[in-house]
Amino acid sequence: MNADASNSALKRRDSFAHVAEASWGKGLSTLLRITRMTLRHPWQVAITFISTFLAATLQLFIPRLLGQAIDQAQGVIGQGADSGAEHALWITALILFVVSMLRGFFTMLQNYFGEAVGHQTGYELRLAFYEKIQRLSFSFHDRVHTGDLITLGLLDLDGVRMFFSTGLVRVVLLGVLVGVGAFLLVRTDILLGLLSLSFVPFVAWRSSVTQLALRSTWLMLQDRLSVLSRVMDENLGGIRVVRAFAAQAHELKKFDRAKEAALELAKRRVDIRVGNTSAMNLSFFAAMALVLWFGGEKVIAGEISVGTLAQFLTFMTILQMPVRQLGLMVNSFARASTCGTRLLALLDLDLDIKDAPGAKDLVIIEGVLRFENVGFRYAGASSTAALSDISFEAKAGETIGIVGPPGSGKSTIAHLVPRFYDVSSGRITIDGQDIARVTLQSLRKAVGVVQQDAFLFTTSIENNIAYGNPWAREQRIERAAESAQLHNYIIGLPAGYTTVVGERGASLSGGQRQRLAIARSLMLRPSVLIFDDSTAAIDAGTEQRIRTAMRRFAKDRVTLIISHRLSSLMHSDQILFVENGRIVERGTHAELLAAGGRYRALYDLQLRPEDERRARNEGA
Amino acid sequence: MMSIEIDDDEKEDTSRRPAKAVVGSHRDEQEVFGKVYDPRIVRRIWSFVKPYQGRILISVVAVLVFTLTQLAIPLIIRHAIDNGMKAGSADRAVLAWTVGVFALVILINYAASYMQENVVGKVAEMVLSDLRRAMFNHLQRVSLSFMDKTEVGRLMSRLQGDVNSMQEFLETSVMSVGDIALLFGIVSVLLWLDLRLGLLTLSTMPALFVVRLFWLPRAKVAFMAAHETNSIANGALAEGIHGVRTVQSLERQHVNFDLYDEKVLANLNTHLTSARYAQIMVPIVDTLTGIAMATVIVVGGSMVLDRSLDIGVMVAFLFYIQRFFDPIRSLTMQYSVMQRAMASGERVSEVLDVPLDVKDKADAVALSADMEGSVEFRKVTFGYRKNQPVLRNVSFRVNPGEIVALVGPTGSGKSSCMALAHRFYDVWDGQVLVGGLDVRDLTQDSLGEQIAMVLQEPFLFSGSVFENICYNKMDASREDVIRAAQAVGAHDFIAQLPDGYDTQLEQRGGNLSLGQRQLISFARALVANAKILVLDEATASIDSYTEMLIQKALIRLLEGRTGLVIAHRLATVRGADRIIVLQNGEVIESGNHDQLMAAKGLYSRLYTMNYTSFDDILGEVETQTPIATA
Repeated sequence: MNADASNSALKRRDSFAHVAEASWGKGLSTLLRITRMTLRHPWQVAITFISTFLAATLQLFIPRLLGQAIDQAQGVIGQGADSGAEHALWITALILFVVSMLRGFFTMLQNYFGEAVGHQTGYELRLAFYEKIQRLSFSFHDRVHTGDLITLGLLDLDGVRMFFSTGLVRVVLLGVLVGVGAFLLVRTDILLGLLSLSFVPFVAWRSSVTQLALRSTWLMLQDRLSVLSRVMDENLGGIRVVRAFAAQAHELKKFDRAKEAALELAKRRVDIRVGNTSAMNLSFFAAMALVLWFGGEKVIAGEISVGTLAQFLTFMTILQMPVRQLGLMVNSFARASTCGTRLLALLDLDLDIKDAPGAKDLVIIEGVLRFENVGFRYAGASSTAALSDISFEAKAGETIGIVGPPGSGKSTIAHLVPRFYDVSSGRITIDGQDIARVTLQSLRKAVGVVQQDAFLFTTSIENNIAYGNPWAREQRIERAAESAQLHNYIIGLPAGYTTVVGERGASLSGGQRQRLAIARSLMLRPSVLIFDDSTAAIDAGTEQRIRTAMRRFAKDRVTLIISHRLSSLMHSDQILFVENGRIVERGTHAELLAAGGRYRALYDLQLRPEDERRARNEGA
Repeated sequence: MMSIEIDDDEKEDTSRRPAKAVVGSHRDEQEVFGKVYDPRIVRRIWSFVKPYQGRILISVVAVLVFTLTQLAIPLIIRHAIDNGMKAGSADRAVLAWTVGVFALVILINYAASYMQENVVGKVAEMVLSDLRRAMFNHLQRVSLSFMDKTEVGRLMSRLQGDVNSMQEFLETSVMSVGDIALLFGIVSVLLWLDLRLGLLTLSTMPALFVVRLFWLPRAKVAFMAAHETNSIANGALAEGIHGVRTVQSLERQHVNFDLYDEKVLANLNTHLTSARYAQIMVPIVDTLTGIAMATVIVVGGSMVLDRSLDIGVMVAFLFYIQRFFDPIRSLTMQYSVMQRAMASGERVSEVLDVPLDVKDKADAVALSADMEGSVEFRKVTFGYRKNQPVLRNVSFRVNPGEIVALVGPTGSGKSSCMALAHRFYDVWDGQVLVGGLDVRDLTQDSLGEQIAMVLQEPFLFSGSVFENICYNKMDASREDVIRAAQAVGAHDFIAQLPDGYDTQLEQRGGNLSLGQRQLISFARALVANAKILVLDEATASIDSYTEMLIQKALIRLLEGRTGLVIAHRLATVRGADRIIVLQNGEVIESGNHDQLMAAKGLYSRLYTMNYTSFDDILGEVETQTPIATA
């Protein structure tokens, strides 16, 4: 079960990851693009690299100075003249002090500007990502899981951001330390130079292999942990079901299975990690032992001084840390190339719904909405059309009701008017202007859609209502709430309009949320207002009052009511009965009842019993 | 009257930036740092570490051995230089022998470091895992009053984030034992090698302490600010992703982009500030190291020149100085880790300390499957908050096989009755009896087996349809499950799913419609095959086709069972044997439909007002038209 669950999690991730099929070529071009991005801050990049170079070079001086000081102390260089030797020591000490200080200073600059470049690149990427996400069409958001987008925007973006400081800068640092250092050492003494560098290839290789192994197991561990947290999340969310079925033991077993799977992998990771650090230490010290031994022999033979030997040994200690971090550098490259490929794939996506070239603002004169032989099929979906041959016309002041069984395509009609999706054939016009040829902004300001699942933002009720028009005055907000029959409820709350709602705020009932969504749409004064099954949780009486409140202003506006509840739309000027994406019946309530078709059948199912009962009651 | 849109002359503030608009929400971060040491919490954490104390001991020994070998290496080098490399008069055997010791020491070093890190790493993982399990298990048993008050999101962050920071603490705390040992070791060795030089060299150490003392509080503020602005920006991003459809339909992209820009920019700036704080320590430490090395060179060097110090000692000093500040640095880091762990430990303890106020009595008996199946409330008074009773002196009895509908406005106490029948909470006063026995004398498990429950919002778990239907009834066969699904009319749509009963459900059954989820939850209750069914009817309106299916399923579900139904739909109410009308926590009417109609009370008034449902409107009707009962 666990395996299946994590498989399906992986599959879902693939829905987007397929765009970013990893390949060496692609990975390389991604890294090049990221590098180019960092070059937008040329000065800071330059300061970083120069500082890195200086810091590394200064660091290479330290072993030399120490070796020199040791020799001076032994009088090897100072030769007898004691005051001269002491003077030499003072000078060496002073130089060493200055070198250390400067090294610290340049390391600081290297680290700071390295991070600064990364954070600024991150800032730019975050904005670009946000902007893109906000503009990508509904089809994209239908296809891609929100959790994946959040991962992309947080973790993947971080991977790209860190590339400069943990990847590129380290290349320079290691290059100077190992390259220049090797040159200096080997020039001083070939054998000792080679011995003191002998641990480098081994450690570099080990640490790279280990980091890559840790990375891949980390991804696996994340999958297992997400299974675990899903078990916990569901348990807490469904606590009443768990209690009601006395299923605590069952749930604990589920938890244990997920927990064991994660623990086992976590322990394996400890083995990998620890095995590596110990082996790296061992190889480093082994090389040191060899240097000590062969170097000692050379000292005895008088070939080198003790100071030179000390120089080799201290050089090794300096080299140890950066070489161990080589693995992190390799990891940074790997991470940046996979994360970056995914992220750039998203940033490169074309907006499938955007302004046509030369699009003009929508001008509303009479407010006539027309569907002309509209057909639609969802991208990538099965070959069946979601809508075909939909034609109707609505003038300002008219109300069109659309009814039909679940999955008949009635909501799709609502989504086509504000261009959440584009029609596949035919066209939709408002006052004769094809909606595909006007600017999106003007179109969406003119078309209000009240959706079934009202999304509430975690902020005050007031801000939620004014979401589409945050400049609105308070009175307008209140009037919109009054029309949506929500005002009385709101003023009854302790904090009134400033009550925070949403995910982390006070909870509203389904009906209240829908009423809030209605108020929100009214704020935009739309010329076309669409209720997409958005009164389902509002009782018939309140709905009636909302309708009355809005009737006064409905004369300038086309209203589309999509519902499966006949009482919501039986007063419409025209009712369309949609089935399998086609209009199968149309007419007024009375006409459709008389026709005795599907509408009639639905009426018999839903309303007749109630109507008859009322008639009976009135008769009694 | 109400007028929304005639007022075109109404002036609007059209400045670019709307004053009130926001993206994302700001939640005050919980206290991230706690006291450094809180004995109560340490004891609590220790109780989880205790099972592994043997291993902890081994790793502490290993870390000490490891530290000793670290300390020994410069000394061995010193020995090699001073005794093995005397130019000219050299004894090669001494050098070889010293290198041999060096080899031995590094092997011990290898073994000790492997032991220590491996054992500690694994123990930390196991403690973490145990801690999670303990919290999970405890949360499963605490009363629902706690769960009602606590956000699931916050609990999850405790189960994950807090537990993680305790893991970090465990891992580093053994290492800090090593750091302390190393610090004392270096100090002692330096003083032992040469008291005067040692003292001079060590005099730089307090300077670092003083600097860090000033630095730490300021740096912490900067780090916190970066952390906080980061989570604010991430929250805004998550909101933008979740609410993207609404954002697009209301054309808010421009406004949101500007607001998001502000948050991300704030995050950039705080990150840069905190980077400045972090990096300023680098030149300070390097300068101090430089001073220490310069001291050794000048003072030590002169002493070597005077022949009052061996050259090897000077080399050893220089080696030690390079390691000198490492333990100080990591110990001050450890200080923050510890504070964080204490804060997390505090919150973890808060969860673990929630008392189990609903638990089985020591002599609780199991409710047997052949009890008669009645439910009775005797003078029950109950509430969630002190002095605010939700039910007052409520008495009623549901006879075996009878179906009783509870109706009443929101807040009338219907749902509480349902919860009490199942002993989600304990009553304040009075008694709830099931099968003639007080629920407090029964085991909770047996109560759960005999009372099936269907909740308003069908909750499904991820897993297959099959697993969801048999849920806790692990011995249910495939036939049982299919029969139940057929009985409630769910079989047809299940059979049409890609893998039939083995179709994996997405989170919370997201790939099914509300009506379908409801039917599956009915099937689940049917498989549980309990004598008593407690049901809270769904309020959300479902299309009429599914609605019909559900009404039929309901009849099947209630067949041969005692039913206590919180009814929202007239159809259900009329089908009940008896109707109990609750208002403000009291039973105000009771009887069958005809009797209640004849009584001309609240029920009949609502009924004739032609509401198709008894949902939240009831509350409003009540407040709008004062009751004038005859």
